[in-house]
Amino acid sequence: MKTPVFLSMILVTFISDFTNNNVALNEGYQIGDVVSDFELKNVDGKMISLSDFKDAKGFIITFTCNTCPFAIAYEDRIIALDKKYASKGYPVIAINPNNPEVQPGDSYKSMQLRAQEKGYSFPYLVDEGQHVYPKFGATKTPHMFVLQKTKQGNVVKYIGAIDDNYKDTEAVKIKYVEDAVDALLKGETVKQTETKAIGCSIKV
Amino acid sequence: MIDIVIFNFNHMKYIYIIVLAGFLISCKQNKSNSNLSENKEGIVENMKFSEDSVQLDIYDFNGFKKFLTKKDDKIYVINFWATWCAPCVKELPYFEKLNTQFADKNVEVILVSLDFPHLYESKLKPFIVENHLKSKVIALDDVDMNAWIPQVNKDWSGSIPATIIYKNDDSKFFEQSFTYESLENEILKYLK
Repeated sequence: MKTPVFLSMILVTFISDFTNNNVALNEGYQIGDVVSDFELKNVDGKMISLSDFKDAKGFIITFTCNTCPFAIAYEDRIIALDKKYASKGYPVIAINPNNPEVQPGDSYKSMQLRAQEKGYSFPYLVDEGQHVYPKFGATKTPHMFVLQKTKQGNVVKYIGAIDDNYKDTEAVKIKYVEDAVDALLKGETVKQTETKAIGCSIKV
Repeated sequence: MIDIVIFNFNHMKYIYIIVLAGFLISCKQNKSNSNLSENKEGIVENMKFSEDSVQLDIYDFNGFKKFLTKKDDKIYVINFWATWCAPCVKELPYFEKLNTQFADKNVEVILVSLDFPHLYESKLKPFIVENHLKSKVIALDDVDMNAWIPQVNKDWSGSIPATIIYKNDDSKFFEQSFTYESLENEILKYLK
């Protein structure tokens, strides 16, 4: 019986090292990277790509979901971002990266319901097969990416949180996403390109 | 009226049996993560829990920092979690087991809750009681996450679960879920 125990120990060590290595590698888009386009299903059943938005100057991409308390805390602020910036050329594109088998509250049906209830004015896409969020390097919900459309393609200009206070909209001091989009609209460089925030890990 | 609830955390050998006289406190968070099963083992620990007896210290990051910088030759396992975080709840029994198994090896587990402050009373404390958490639980309440997350670890994106294991200046950071074996393996590295 000693051999299986020994083998399992080796296996455990291997698995553990493997996961550790995974953590160290931060794959996914960095600031300045060009995003490859995707085609994902919207809650209305239509397939959506970034190239569909001919008049857009850029995008406010949010990896979000129905179930994460932080995503819920920020939901109204995401809706407000689209209201404020879609007309200025920066529409919100929401993508739900969670595996609905792990998180049933994030099923396509639940997404449709949520979008309808809250009157989403923006696409709420399902990352079927979970191929898109790893390209972005999204790790949690909500996770924001501001893109600017250039001749080279859609360039990542900001990665991180919406603002600096999830608890209280009134107490927000810095609106990271708005500051980034405002800067891009003025043709200026984004000052704070990356921020960190607690979020729910993406369910795989 | 007596209700018997058995929490059998996945593959864990531990079966927590909570006998509560009067009302069965509902445990929505756990129903999805633990298997409620009949008491076949006949193991009964009759414990009285009360939410009033839960001591929950709440810190902003400045106050919390001291838990990351102790230099007393102890191995600290600092786990960032929340009751709403399913993978965190799933791995909690492993941290609990570690805390018990290695208690005499100078290892201490500290569970740092990132629950929303307005839910400390209605969610967090009942959770601690219902799951009979024996490890030290503290709450970190600091909205300026972009200021403090990089101070915990520069590579932390902010997703939980996340764990720091350290002894004096030797520190490791994990933005991942653990199994009991992988967690124990990390501790054994410090005990070599």
